[in-house]
Amino acid sequence: MSEQATPTAAPEAPATPSAAMIRTLGLVATICGVLIVSSYEGTLDAVNANKKIALERAVFQVIPGAAKVEEYYATSAGIQPATGPTPEGGAKFYAAYDKAGAIKGIAAEGASKGYADVVRVLFAYDPAKQVINGIGVISMRETPGIGDKIYTDKAFLKNFEALDVKLAADMKTLANAVKVVKHGTKQNAWEIDAISGATVTSKAVGRGINESAQKLLPLLVPNLDKLGSK
Amino acid sequence: MALPGQKQPSNMEEFLEGIWKQNPTFVMVLGMCPTLAVTVSAMNAISMGLATTFVLVASCLLVSTVRNIVPPQVRIATYILIIATFVTVVDYAIQAISLAVYDALGAFIQLIVVNCIILGRAEAHAAKNPPVRAAINAVGMGIGFTIGLFALGGVREVLGAGKLFGISLFGPDFQPWVVMVLPPGGFFVLASWLLLFNWLNSRKTRADRIETVGGHVHGA
Amino acid sequence: MAPESLGQIFVGTLLSNNFVLAMFLGLCPFLGVSARINTALPMGAATTFVIMVASLCAFGLNWLVTTFHLEFLRLISYIVIIASAVQLVEMFLKKNSPALFRALGIYLPLITTNCAVLGVALFQTAREYSFLQAMTFSFAGGAGFTLALLLMAGLRERLNFSSVPNVVQGTALSLMLAGLLSLAFMGFAGLGAGE
Repeated sequence: MSEQATPTAAPEAPATPSAAMIRTLGLVATICGVLIVSSYEGTLDAVNANKKIALERAVFQVIPGAAKVEEYYATSAGIQPATGPTPEGGAKFYAAYDKAGAIKGIAAEGASKGYADVVRVLFAYDPAKQVINGIGVISMRETPGIGDKIYTDKAFLKNFEALDVKLAADMKTLANAVKVVKHGTKQNAWEIDAISGATVTSKAVGRGINESAQKLLPLLVPNLDKLGSK
Repeated sequence: MALPGQKQPSNMEEFLEGIWKQNPTFVMVLGMCPTLAVTVSAMNAISMGLATTFVLVASCLLVSTVRNIVPPQVRIATYILIIATFVTVVDYAIQAISLAVYDALGAFIQLIVVNCIILGRAEAHAAKNPPVRAAINAVGMGIGFTIGLFALGGVREVLGAGKLFGISLFGPDFQPWVVMVLPPGGFFVLASWLLLFNWLNSRKTRADRIETVGGHVHGA
Repeated sequence: MAPESLGQIFVGTLLSNNFVLAMFLGLCPFLGVSARINTALPMGAATTFVIMVASLCAFGLNWLVTTFHLEFLRLISYIVIIASAVQLVEMFLKKNSPALFRALGIYLPLITTNCAVLGVALFQTAREYSFLQAMTFSFAGGAGFTLALLLMAGLRERLNFSSVPNVVQGTALSLMLAGLLSLAFMGFAGLGAGE
């Protein structure tokens, strides 16, 4: 016995329950499809604008004086604009330009597992002096009051005013890997003094920066002149 | 939700049902996952509450509108499809409005889809009532849920960070009770609210019983 | 591909970022089914199985959706796949293990609305896990859920022999126990953090 749930106004009743089910699901799916696509299209511009603003805010914080940000991939074949997914062996970076259009600095992301979850930082690279001269924390879920000192501890942030990341003679790796050392024992420009009591989180920051710099800088530095001005 | 022969509840009663008698958080204890996860601050709590209310109202409206043409065998699939659609819509809407709120709420925006409150309401109420009544009830439920979230978020933020809506309440020397903004704190604060609710209810029941018995009580 | 190693993902998801006690996924069944140890274990196993199947399907779906630029259909496709997977598991259990099917009762179809199942799919997408990372993540997640369920069941069974004030009984008590368990699991934080 076929069970049909049709409103009395329907001109013809479906012959079988399957037809009724398919018809209803089809109708609902169409309504839903229209709703989803229209909301996606309607918000696309606003969402992209928001993402750009957030990126600019992060980059401008580590590279003061910047006015414009462009995304690029550095690969063994050179530098290409960042459209589409990361090419094999490539590294993403952000080039910041000042108001006049001259290049002001390079920014890139580094990430490594800390105490609770992955710690993501954005660091600023000065190509002229070959140092890292600023960091900003993008995201972290470390212990409030302990791990979150990487935001505020002035002595820790001082490590990143001139962190030496110059390349070795063969231009394939850093001359000295970025290392996190025990609080108070920093002796070289490529070392980071950990925060006393927050060693794991400090080490995550150092590891993230080291891995990112080791990957990006050998690809980027030989091609710096190709960046030009904007 | 009137049985045949009973008086239909008024619109006001429909609205208030979700706020007190059938509050999703404190009475029905539904939708626990977002309740504990995003209530680390009052702002996040209210944003989540509003997002869920939107999905709840929109879904109940659409479910109620098509309730007469949906065959019973596919009703759950249809409800889920409708709810998932509105969650996708609200996901994009929040991204467009505020990326900061979006990052704070994280994956829990999309997890609104499996929030038992919405599917439960659609099945129990929206599928059996006309659109306007379903919408009113949904709004009440949503507000009740938001109140529950705010009760949790407010307490956790004040105790765990010394702030409310980002405004510092106690000055710089306040030592925050950090565990309150961590997962165990969520469990403890919710348990305390439920305890309070139960206690108030049990007092009310005892008071009612004493009244009916006639007021002569020896001892307690 | 996320920067975590497989070992870090496994230990982290099982203990320090336990699905129930730290990430708040799967709370409804956790509060509902954890009254006895003998129902807790099959429930945990069934959920782990569904989580792994969902993770597998989500990985494939995500690849499909990204290749055809249909990102707005991601959520709907995930939830439809999960509902279908649960339906299949139900039919399989009904035919091959009716006793287990009866024991799990209403909680089996409720796995569809279990935040943990959809949560795994969403988290592995957001963290851009590779295939192996995703499988490790989902297995550890399900195992962590089962672990939390067993611990809770054991505690509640013992509490049956204590006199608990009436006001606290029920969900309030379970939540307090969960809070204490969560506090205990916080001790695992930092396990697997690299050197």
